Amino acid sequence: MSMLAGQWNYFLVIALMMIGFYTVIARGNMVKKMVGLTIFQTSVFMLYISMGKIANGTAPILTDAAQKAYANPLPHVLILTAIVVGVATTAVGYALIIRVYESYGTIEDDELIKIIEAEEDEGADA
Amino acid sequence: MQDDPVIRVVAKVMIPTVMLFALYVQFHGDYGPGGGFQAGVIFAAAFVLNAMIFGLNRGRHVWPANLNLLAVCAGVLLYGLTGVASMLLGENYLDYDVLGATPQAGQHIGILLVEFGVGLTVASVMVALFFTFAGRMTHNRLLDRMEAQDKDAKRGAAKQAPKKRSRT
Amino acid sequence: MSGFLVDAALISLLTLIAILAVRLHRLFAVVMLSGAFSLVAAALFVVLDAVDVAFTEAAVGAGISTILALATLSLVPRDEKPHSIALVPAFLAFATAAMLAVAVSDLPAFGDANAPIHNHVAPEYLTGSAEDIGIPNVVTSVLASYRGFDTLGETVVVFTAAIAVLLVLGGYTRPRRRNGDRDKEDGNAR
Repeated sequence: MSMLAGQWNYFLVIALMMIGFYTVIARGNMVKKMVGLTIFQTSVFMLYISMGKIANGTAPILTDAAQKAYANPLPHVLILTAIVVGVATTAVGYALIIRVYESYGTIEDDELIKIIEAEEDEGADA
Repeated sequence: MQDDPVIRVVAKVMIPTVMLFALYVQFHGDYGPGGGFQAGVIFAAAFVLNAMIFGLNRGRHVWPANLNLLAVCAGVLLYGLTGVASMLLGENYLDYDVLGATPQAGQHIGILLVEFGVGLTVASVMVALFFTFAGRMTHNRLLDRMEAQDKDAKRGAAKQAPKKRSRT
Repeated sequence: MSGFLVDAALISLLTLIAILAVRLHRLFAVVMLSGAFSLVAAALFVVLDAVDVAFTEAAVGAGISTILALATLSLVPRDEKPHSIALVPAFLAFATAAMLAVAVSDLPAFGDANAPIHNHVAPEYLTGSAEDIGIPNVVTSVLASYRGFDTLGETVVVFTAAIAVLLVLGGYTRPRRRNGDRDKEDGNAR
């Protein structure tokens, strides 16, 4: 129990991460995959931020008060930039999904594979 | 939604407030939570709200796409050139100590410039993303209309000259 | 202990939202749930003393990325094909979770002030920021000054992503093909 009590936060984050992971690999719908990727990504952020936390500490904004325990600012910086970069790359993903739908009329990957295989067969015949 | 007076009036009050808050977050980032990334996103949210409520065309009118692209590049350039400036003054790239009279003043100036560059880039990138996605809808609608017209025209042409493409 | 309760409550809420997002087939609801997920995550970041991150997550995750996902949904079908639970991916997820759990149990305890992460560079940032830079918000001084190169790279990535989206979606030349039209076009070509 004492060991579990020390790392409970990390275990919960791992559970969350695996829900995202499952969504990415099990679901065929591309928008669903992107949502799963967002969940995965956010739980990685939580893992980082959890590591920077100090018990009874405070946010890393220096004050004159006697408070000396500040949370580690380094993971905060890494994750802050990662969030903005994450939304920018997610936008690229959505843009590609829109183009796939415009070209093939579906965003389900099994249907997409069928269409592409059919096109390849046509190409082989001709 | 565009004709609802409540939404229009609330938006007119909200949009300047959101922009002012974004500027506060941008320039107060040294002392409290905030900085270029957050301010950029909040500033972009004001433009997105404007475009959603008053229509895409008016949104474009307020902030033209060409200007927006320039702003995307200007932000990155401002960041990079701040580093070059400190290099020209005899320090390492992105070491702001030499930008001001004292190292601390230099750091203040450097951080202000760099954060402004980040904010400019993020704000204009988010606006560009929104307008590109939303513009695709109108684009597709236009294409559908053109396709329908093409089909009508083809049908008319097919009636007049039914055997046009015999050798292919 | 109260920290534990708030933390556990927020993470349980997040897990609930994530499970719902996986189970639902109406993509509109899924996208709104992912916005809610980001907002609750922002609350969790506040509890974990990461105010800057919480700010960003609330503005970006709950705001802009939800809007982009909704814009995407207006262009693609809004319903997912129903699926049953896939066994192989579920097994893979469980196996990965088990491995990660073993790895994580070696980490220092949560909130431990003597963990290695707090002993190496962070104290230098925390003490140096007041003297070298004179800015109270250490996150800003690390972001813009100590790790300026890093942030330059991230800014360039955001810039590149915008260029990529403009290249993929911003063009106005190619007419779109739909499933029904394609057969006819191919017929004409032959």
